[in-house]
Amino acid sequence: MSTPTVQPSPMRLTPPLLQRLVGTGGARHLVERNARVYRREWLVLVSGFLEPVFYLFSIGVGVSKLVGDVALPGGEVVTYTAFVAPAMLAASAMNGAVIDATFGLFFKLKYNKLYDAVLATPVTPVDVAIGEITWALMRGSLYSISFIVVMLVIGLISSWWAVFALPVVVLTGFAFAAIGTACTTYMRSWQDFSYITLVQLPIFLFSATFYPLSVYPESLQWVVRCSPLYHSATLLRELTTGTVGPGSLVHVAVLVALGVVGMVVTGRRLEKLLLT
Amino acid sequence: MLSKVDGVSEQPMIVAHGLVKRFGDFTAVDGIDVEVSRGEAFGFLGPNGAGKSSTMRMIGCVSPVTDGTLRVLGHDPAVDGARIRARLGVVPQEDTLDFELSVMENLIVYGRYFGMSHKQATERGRELLEFVQLEERATSQVEPLSGGMKRRLTIARSLINDPDMLLLDEPTTGLDPQARHVVWDRLFRLKQRGVTLVLTTHYMDEAEQLCDRLVVMDRGRIAAEGSPVALIRDWSTREVVELRFAADDTETSGEKIEALVEQPERPLRALVSRVEVLPDRVLLYSDDGDATVGELHRAGVEPQSVLVRRSSLEDVFLRLTGRSLVE
Repeated sequence: MSTPTVQPSPMRLTPPLLQRLVGTGGARHLVERNARVYRREWLVLVSGFLEPVFYLFSIGVGVSKLVGDVALPGGEVVTYTAFVAPAMLAASAMNGAVIDATFGLFFKLKYNKLYDAVLATPVTPVDVAIGEITWALMRGSLYSISFIVVMLVIGLISSWWAVFALPVVVLTGFAFAAIGTACTTYMRSWQDFSYITLVQLPIFLFSATFYPLSVYPESLQWVVRCSPLYHSATLLRELTTGTVGPGSLVHVAVLVALGVVGMVVTGRRLEKLLLT
Repeated sequence: MLSKVDGVSEQPMIVAHGLVKRFGDFTAVDGIDVEVSRGEAFGFLGPNGAGKSSTMRMIGCVSPVTDGTLRVLGHDPAVDGARIRARLGVVPQEDTLDFELSVMENLIVYGRYFGMSHKQATERGRELLEFVQLEERATSQVEPLSGGMKRRLTIARSLINDPDMLLLDEPTTGLDPQARHVVWDRLFRLKQRGVTLVLTTHYMDEAEQLCDRLVVMDRGRIAAEGSPVALIRDWSTREVVELRFAADDTETSGEKIEALVEQPERPLRALVSRVEVLPDRVLLYSDDGDATVGELHRAGVEPQSVLVRRSSLEDVFLRLTGRSLVE
């Protein structure tokens, strides 16, 4: 058989640049799909909210009595509970987002084979990335909003700046969801998930969550500054205690950057894994 | 509802020239030329590993083309993948149903992926459940469904967007005979409504039942092309005589028959175009089976049993792709 002049096709199936970044709008249908699934499993949602609340009460009632008050970097003094609460808030956004972004995504990718079916429709890998990250951050935000209500009720919010805590927990959810999904695309088996616990636990404990950054020696402080949770917790603390400054914007920038990078990586990786 | 009868465009649904798919060093599809026109039922026939599924995935715009050109519904998958997929229905080799959703939700959510409104998707989903006879299982979970039911649900799902072309990768593999016939019946109805069907199979009866035209693929290439009847005419004889002998006798009898057919003075030479000796039987390809049997008898060949049958696509298939197992 004669072969006509060969014109090499690009190795991608989702062209225009804009669509490569923001998708085709198909993401919302995946969010809707996930919402349908969780409508039946609302108990799973509740359990994720309780964990940070338990931490808060354990520390607020018990540890706080032993520790007393804490001085913030600007010199303001707050109760230990008020110091820890915003960090628990950040952690709730992190936990909520990471669960769906890692275990949830991996299950759908490897076992439910969900995306094999989804990508046969006009929905693109970038849509899948955006959809799953959005869903994960929604779950994280749901926990955080409930947590904010708890903080408000027990009087742990002392500034109107706290209104901005809402967008910040959403941003926190976005950053962790995007990093989580990006990492998950590199997972080969469930065993690999022990790495997530291995990373997530120290992040939770050492990101200036339970004590100020100044406790660490200078060199270690830089290590802590690499933790996304440090930026989220510090930013939320500045908001709930009314100690906002120009430095707050740096935290915002870091979280935005992590989220965007994670999302782009996720889209690329899904394309590479699924469109072979 | 599913009617596609219109003469809008004569443009082919699929055009492939020198289509190649490579995975690293392995060449799955090795430069094939294919053209499928509107309303046609087209089949890719071939053994496992012939490159059928790889070809289907490229047509379905979920696998990038390595080399050559491919146009699906007039568009380039590398540029307009999403737009093409919007008008395709896909039944993959393995069911990819959403196990976390109910039967009806599978259809609704899938319709939503195509941008259909909730109302549209629900109405259409109801029609389709009726079409595949699953309306009583609408609220059931997917997991407990039988293999045949899952397959039918996958077919219903592939029709949710009222596709211009349906891609079916081994639609009935693994189903019991009843379930296969139900699936064939539904596909035949779709074909009558003018839906273009493109399917892969290694079942000859499936290809003969459903396909207007087909290609036989072997090791990534096209070995033959035509209608089932034309392929049988071109690559086999009208009839096949199957002779069985006592177990240890088959080989010697086979050699004897081969020698007989070689003798120029015997009428057998004109009657038999090919002899094939298999471990358990001897096949004689002939346009006149009964005359062949008579001549054999006259020559003193005494088989235990004789069967004269019409040649089938299976004979073509085995002629073209060989009898040895390739995995």
